[in-house]
Amino acid sequence: MFINFFYELKNAKVPVTLKEYLTLLEAMKAGVASYSVDDFYYLSRATLVKDERNLDKFDKVFGTVFKGLESVADGEAIEIPEEWLRKLAEKTLTEEEKALIESLGGFDKLMETLQKRLEEQKGRHQGGNKWIGTAGTSPFGAHGYNPEGVRIGQDKSRHRRAVKVWDKREFQNLDDSLELGTRNIKVALRRLRKFAREGAEVELDMPDTIRSTANNAGWLDLKMRPERRNKVKVLIFFDIGGSMDSYIRLCEELFSAARSEFKHLEYFYFHNCLYEKVWKDNKRRMTDTMPTWDVLHTYPHDYKVIFVGDASMSPYEITYPGGSVEHWNEESGETWMRRTLDIYPHAVWLNPTPERHWGHTSSIGVMRQLMEGRMFPLTLSGLDAAARELNR
Amino acid sequence: MKFTGTESYVATDDLKVAVNAAITLQRPLLIKGEPGTGKTVLAQEVASALGRDLIQWHIKSTTKAQQGLYEYDAVSRLRDSQLGDDRVHDISNYIVKGKLWEAFSAAPAPILLIDEIDKADIEFPNDLLQELDRMEFYVYETRETVKAAERPIVMITSNNEKELPDAFLRRCFFHYIKFPDPDTMRQIVEVHYPGIQHDLVREALTIFYDIREVPGLKKKPSTSELLDWLKLLMSESLTPEMLRERDPKKLIPPMHGALLKNEQDVHLFERLAFLARRQERQPPQ
Repeated sequence: MFINFFYELKNAKVPVTLKEYLTLLEAMKAGVASYSVDDFYYLSRATLVKDERNLDKFDKVFGTVFKGLESVADGEAIEIPEEWLRKLAEKTLTEEEKALIESLGGFDKLMETLQKRLEEQKGRHQGGNKWIGTAGTSPFGAHGYNPEGVRIGQDKSRHRRAVKVWDKREFQNLDDSLELGTRNIKVALRRLRKFAREGAEVELDMPDTIRSTANNAGWLDLKMRPERRNKVKVLIFFDIGGSMDSYIRLCEELFSAARSEFKHLEYFYFHNCLYEKVWKDNKRRMTDTMPTWDVLHTYPHDYKVIFVGDASMSPYEITYPGGSVEHWNEESGETWMRRTLDIYPHAVWLNPTPERHWGHTSSIGVMRQLMEGRMFPLTLSGLDAAARELNR
Repeated sequence: MKFTGTESYVATDDLKVAVNAAITLQRPLLIKGEPGTGKTVLAQEVASALGRDLIQWHIKSTTKAQQGLYEYDAVSRLRDSQLGDDRVHDISNYIVKGKLWEAFSAAPAPILLIDEIDKADIEFPNDLLQELDRMEFYVYETRETVKAAERPIVMITSNNEKELPDAFLRRCFFHYIKFPDPDTMRQIVEVHYPGIQHDLVREALTIFYDIREVPGLKKKPSTSELLDWLKLLMSESLTPEMLRERDPKKLIPPMHGALLKNEQDVHLFERLAFLARRQERQPPQ
């Protein structure tokens, strides 16, 4: 029945399965949706979408697949609009506004133009100043600023026929390339958790106690065990200053999320590329630095390493000794990166630059190659992929 | 049996369809949404609208799936055995029913609310797959199968702290409660404080939605905070006029403590007020 719809959803990367499709058919059969397009939209949304990040994609697909249905509804709208709009306009317009309408040639003229536009108009329209749509300055359409405007679909939810519910795409800002908030980051970082029992024995180990007591012919034999704790250890290197300034908020969020999520977290700052010195306090970065060798020697190889930086610099800063813009470096950034990666097999680079711009900066390519492709954009999905990579 | 909203709960059309789908097909309904949009309250309202009992199972980070089915109280049995109590011979004396068992055995079928499922361990939803799908489970200690005579209506809420496994999601209906638009919000306010002054509500809502628009807020105020704030405004008998006066010096709304729960957000507002004042002193040339 809706096979086409199902496959379109699959093509749009909405994760739908046969089971959910069958559930939808079952629900239709049981009469949950009662033959109205809106109800069917709500029902199929509740059945097929299981994550609010996919709602926007779903709305888009629904809009295209059921375009036929939509036009039937639109046809009605074109047939009846005059009295309907007049009623609506009379209800919402004040006397002053009606006087303003005269400036466009009177109410009838306005209605006439509107009807003409409705017929002329091919598709949905957003913005602009002529066509009917939303958020424009044309006299027609909803949410506009023209005092002569006729409101369509803005007055009450019952009259929303002019703007389809799915056309509004209200969920668009929940798509998964959205900027991160700390809570979201924490969720993504949770993938990194690794539980282990270590330390003092403080918890009663019930199964073992029962087994030992049984072995002990019924005499109580208490067994204790240590508490479960998150054991993952993380080392973060932040690029700071220069071109990173525009991403400072994103990095702050990542930092605060990581800090509350991991007990074993160490962080250091560097500038542009990792060289022989790193620091923990940006105010004293010139005086109070720590040799990178010490860092590599201090933290064992089971630490997971995350670099955060835009990797946007001159390629010489990575590949040549003395390439650093701030000081004379004896060894190239590349040498230091390789050294670090040799010690820590689990490492990723998070890049706040949008992924589509990566190709424009050659140093990003160089760094990506150094990281053996383990560079991820600093978005939720990128962070998720990075966490998976670190856990491998 | 259909849910159409109640006197004290404004349900949007899409929410009604989702709830009715879950009731008709007897599958769990998963509810997500911003904090304070009435996820937990929904279950209570559905229960009262359908005249069923509500069994609430609040999930904590330490909750195990098994606790929802039953627990074998080995420690009391051990103690009884050492004291020579007669009860010790019947193992069923030491099986403590969990919330799921309770819901399966109640008649008529109740509403089971599994609240904040994302708080639990990542494996938790997987451990409940069969139990929620078939509505039955096996008790190893007594070798019996517990099966729901009538399938309870299961509602699950999540705050998105963890992703739920696909296999679990496949078996649920899903609804995302989006933040109510001003019209719906007006209805919600009316439902909670019938007869409240319309002017006051209008002014308060304008301020409320303005605050939500302010970029950079750590925690946007939600419905429950708006309701608290209105209650405060009424008890202090503030007039709509006092809310309306857009004096830049009073950019921070009265009783803002009910709306802004974060000292950084309050600072942000103070800074904005300060900027507004400065702009007023130096009118643009």
